Amino acid sequence: MALEVLLIEDSPGDVRLTQEAFRAANNGVHLHVVNDGVEAMAFLNREGGYAQAPRPDLTLLDLNMPRMDGRQVLALIKNDDGLKTIPTVILTTSTAEDDIVASYRLHANCYFSKPVQLEDFESLVKTINDFWLTTAKLPREEKPAGTTNGAGNNRAD
Amino acid sequence: MPLQVLLVEDSPGDLRLTREAFRDVNPFVHLDVAKDGVEAMAFLRRETGHVHAARPDLILLDLNLPRMDGRQVLALIKEDDNLKSIPTVILTSSELEADVMKSYSLQANCYLSKPMHFEAFHSLVKSINDFWLNSVKLPEHKGAGGGSA
Repeated sequence: MALEVLLIEDSPGDVRLTQEAFRAANNGVHLHVVNDGVEAMAFLNREGGYAQAPRPDLTLLDLNMPRMDGRQVLALIKNDDGLKTIPTVILTTSTAEDDIVASYRLHANCYFSKPVQLEDFESLVKTINDFWLTTAKLPREEKPAGTTNGAGNNRAD
Repeated sequence: MPLQVLLVEDSPGDLRLTREAFRDVNPFVHLDVAKDGVEAMAFLRRETGHVHAARPDLILLDLNLPRMDGRQVLALIKEDDNLKSIPTVILTSSELEADVMKSYSLQANCYLSKPMHFEAFHSLVKSINDFWLNSVKLPEHKGAGGGSA
């Protein structure tokens, strides 16, 4: 079964590195990419061109992005009853203590700073894959085929 | 620098397995134990008997506990401005989808189910250590702060 990972990242270089590292670490991962926070929310809420977007099993979220930054995206995800259960991993160049604490307070599931070296980047993606996609238990949304009821998805559980 | 881990667990067997596994994988981990949810909250809030409790870098929380269960503890931690930034990992024998969903919706940082076999348990503790204590960036707690500022 394919695992759906949403990468929210504006740097083309980091997108490419992440894609290549996932390809090496786990070929069952289907990586979707959006380049800013506005596009990320459209994907998650299945708006506009994202009506058929799958629900991600895991989201990798950069903090510093154009239009809507990662802090805002994180707050929106973690305050939305339909989206808050999606594990959201911060993956950013920032190592500022303020960003780390603020992210955990907004209920980021965990925080990583991006390594500079290529090999370290690959090994980080492998670490994320091994822990989140093979060790942790992820929430499994019931996905009746073809039901996209758009925003305001009030699940009665 | 020692890493403070709070284990909230009522089963003596699982407690012992976790303690032994941490001793093997990371001698810098200082493991504190609370045997139910009431004790866990007293520890985290530094109430009577726990005034010198260390603020944990990581909490491992069982779901099914006497007196106050893990779901309630999780909700209290994640609603408390002072405690919510502490990564809280659910470690439970439950594999019920409802428990997984409920835990993530109460803002658990992640959910792990306890394996049955000793070797698998040991390797899970190693994964927790490698991931949470050696790979992710944890929030720092400067000085003795964390209880009442």
